[in-house]
Amino acid sequence: MKVTITVNGEQIQDDVEDRTLLVHFLRDGANLTATNIGCDTTSCGACTVLLDGESVKSCTVLAAQADGAEVTTVEGLAGPDGELHPMQRAFQAEHGLQCGFCTPGMVMAAVSLLKENPHPTEQQVRVGLEGNLCRCTGYHNIVRAVLAAAAEEEGA
Amino acid sequence: MGTRVVRVEDPRLLTTGGTYTDDLREPELTGAAYVTFVRSPYAHARITGVDVSAARGVPGVVEVLTGQDTDDLPAPADGNPTAEPMLAKDAVRYVGEPVALVVTDGRYQGEDAADLVTVEYEPLPPVVDLEDALRGETLLFPESGSNVLAAAQDEGAGDDAFAACEVVVEHTIVNQRVAPVPLETRAAAAAWAHDRLTVWVSTQNAHWARDAVAGGLGIDPSAVRVITPDVGGGFGAKIGADREGVAVAWAAKRTGRPVRWVETRSENLVGMTHGRGQRQTFKIGGTRDGRITAYRLDLVQDAGAYPRMATLLATLTKSMASGVYDIPHVEAYFQVAATNTTPVAAYRGAGRPEATAAIERAVDMFAAEIGMDPREVRRRNFIAPDKFPHTTPGGMEYDTGEYAAALDRVLAAAGYDELRAEQARRREAGDPVQLGIGLSAYVEITGGVPEIGETARLVVHDDGTVTVLTGSSPHGQGHATAWAMLVHDELGIPMDKITVRHGDTDAIPVGIGTFGSRSLQLGGTAVHQAALEVKERAKELAADELEADKADLEFDTADGLWRVRGTPDIGLDWGRLAQLAGSDGLAADVHFTSDKSTFPFGAHVAVVEVDAETGKVRLVRHVTVDDAGPVLNPVLAEGQRQGGIAQGAAQALLEEVLYDAQGNPVTSTLVDYPFITATELPSFELVDMATPTPLNPLGVKGIGEAGTIGATPAVQNAVVDAVSHLGVRHIDMPTTPERVWTAINEARTGQ
Ligand code: FES
Ligand code: FES
Repeated sequence: MKVTITVNGEQIQDDVEDRTLLVHFLRDGANLTATNIGCDTTSCGACTVLLDGESVKSCTVLAAQADGAEVTTVEGLAGPDGELHPMQRAFQAEHGLQCGFCTPGMVMAAVSLLKENPHPTEQQVRVGLEGNLCRCTGYHNIVRAVLAAAAEEEGA
Repeated sequence: MGTRVVRVEDPRLLTTGGTYTDDLREPELTGAAYVTFVRSPYAHARITGVDVSAARGVPGVVEVLTGQDTDDLPAPADGNPTAEPMLAKDAVRYVGEPVALVVTDGRYQGEDAADLVTVEYEPLPPVVDLEDALRGETLLFPESGSNVLAAAQDEGAGDDAFAACEVVVEHTIVNQRVAPVPLETRAAAAAWAHDRLTVWVSTQNAHWARDAVAGGLGIDPSAVRVITPDVGGGFGAKIGADREGVAVAWAAKRTGRPVRWVETRSENLVGMTHGRGQRQTFKIGGTRDGRITAYRLDLVQDAGAYPRMATLLATLTKSMASGVYDIPHVEAYFQVAATNTTPVAAYRGAGRPEATAAIERAVDMFAAEIGMDPREVRRRNFIAPDKFPHTTPGGMEYDTGEYAAALDRVLAAAGYDELRAEQARRREAGDPVQLGIGLSAYVEITGGVPEIGETARLVVHDDGTVTVLTGSSPHGQGHATAWAMLVHDELGIPMDKITVRHGDTDAIPVGIGTFGSRSLQLGGTAVHQAALEVKERAKELAADELEADKADLEFDTADGLWRVRGTPDIGLDWGRLAQLAGSDGLAADVHFTSDKSTFPFGAHVAVVEVDAETGKVRLVRHVTVDDAGPVLNPVLAEGQRQGGIAQGAAQALLEEVLYDAQGNPVTSTLVDYPFITATELPSFELVDMATPTPLNPLGVKGIGEAGTIGATPAVQNAVVDAVSHLGVRHIDMPTTPERVWTAINEARTGQ
């Protein structure tokens, strides 16, 4: 079947099998490989993207379900001039990533978290990111990065 | 050294994402077919027949390969009854063992086709736990006559040493099997062209992966090029190439078609090696005033179904048995037993966390027995600073250590006395939420076979930029930043002009890779020395060009210019010197080796709250000193410590790989395996301490595994401590609510 999804502002059309997952549409169809796959049970959040502004795990959405929708991946986060999004900046400044595999999903989940709660406490950040697993950082600097991004957005 | 520098790797990882193996869009992989493995559903069975005809009939199937097709491969080394095949042929020995593989045009077709490969099995009794293994009624490798793959015993004074003790405590504890779970599962891609294989693999060691592929396929290593793209975490479980990686390369050679493979998480949890897996019996004895005089550790290492690295793990545990303590009599014994489970290999710490967990529980139980504060018992038994270098009864030569200082520092930072006062208050008030304070003091061994060292090649280009080719291999540690810092420190070249390359066996003919916390002390030292050599050569070139004596030359790291003393206006930059070097180039090759390992150490304090009514544990604080010598970049070193602490705490609190009585894994998805999340951890409090080693010019030791080694026993000790006043002496890991609750209840009812 034919599916059209607006990914990071660009319309992408692809012919897919009915069972094609959104994450595979993004990776294979749109050739945007930042969004990763870390599990097969909706447990890890490595595949998190924004679907019509809401964070979803793209391994549990069929491409067909996203037909006509808008998707934002980490590739679409920086400004047109390449200026990093405050969340990306904060992840670098606070060393919120090591191997980087969880990072695209983690950053998207964090962006969505601050949209819903612009001034979270540390505990709220931890609870908000419970569905996103990271094996490298112990979450310490991820939490600090999200708090720093929140503080920066407040200051801006 | 010592500057906080954010990583040069990050902008790419944060914008386009890394290029992990499954992200590769190389031209050589255009039209690549997908490999899917058929894995054993039985823990132990004979293979009596394989029928691939139905699978071959599925549209899109390119090839189906089984163990029967492996006759083109070299036979396993002569007379090795425990050799591990690439694809199982006659027998399967764990659920998840690869039996066949299908190659398909499409990603989703692989599973359909794999389902249609019919393998007939004749089930055999499974050997699931260590008791079964040692009893030996069923053998995994009948030809070898036993399930015990290796054993070692120290000949000590044995019981005499304990007979002289006023107090002896003996206990058997479990260091449970855990899963490494790097967020990127294993993955590989391969292309065969012009009689040469190119293999991309998610590995910690491109060169060992190359040798594994070449050896497995019986071709010359020079006919294999291994490329390591970005690697999404390894933690010891991605050393080399694994049998699946070799099989993927083989499939490319057999079909002549480029192929790619990435395992699912459910495959990963049964197919990737597990870590830990020891049953430990310790005996600790000493005087009532807190002097430990004898320690015995008797352990059984679960190897899983094939011998991979289990003997090395047990050997490391044995060697490090006595930890930071000066104990006159130490003996350690191990048996390595085969079971019908996923093979066990390295996982962050690899043998040393197990040693530390045992002695730190033993010391706490000894302290409880004599009614002394565990802080005091530790202080009375540390190896004194004036005894270094110190050779232990286990034969380890500790380089440098300040164990008491590390403990004092972490206790001060944690506010130990206040914590004990708060604990007493809650105990007195009968608070349902009790406080537990756990200590650990550790020493570990790093450098990962330092004798084979690590390589670096540093090239200064005509435009003043630098390329560093390193044999070391990052998977999150930040080598690109660290190596650029080392070069910048010596040559004054801005970091953005320094490119670090790794993981390409054609570009870097010799290299070892990353494990055993070896990178900075070996690979980093090689880079440092290469920079010094280049600097020396540059000095000669500058002296010639400026017609000056070498002794009159000055180099300014601030602007990267060479000048003759007293003539500040004329300076030569790196680009110019590279031009002057002509066809020889301005470059240096270094292979740094060391004949000795280094021994980082530290102390952790964990604070937990335990709900005595439900058994629920919450880690509320974790304070550490991890002394691995001088720190190159605190940002990176702290990151290593934090990640390590989380993995260590995860073992103490939550994580465990479990099998049912038939050897079926019951934790083979991330729904069932309790991977630690952000909500189960606090922020960590890190205290600095830096005691250099004389064993390398940077004075550095390894920091990659320290956090894990210190954290596990501190957290476990804290949980036991929280309920010790109720009569609880020990709780095995993971300290789940059910276990804690049961322990409290048993203590109450006097069981
Ligand atoms: S890949 Fe989507 S949640 Fe793990
Ligand atoms: S940075 Fe490696 S999994 Fe998060």
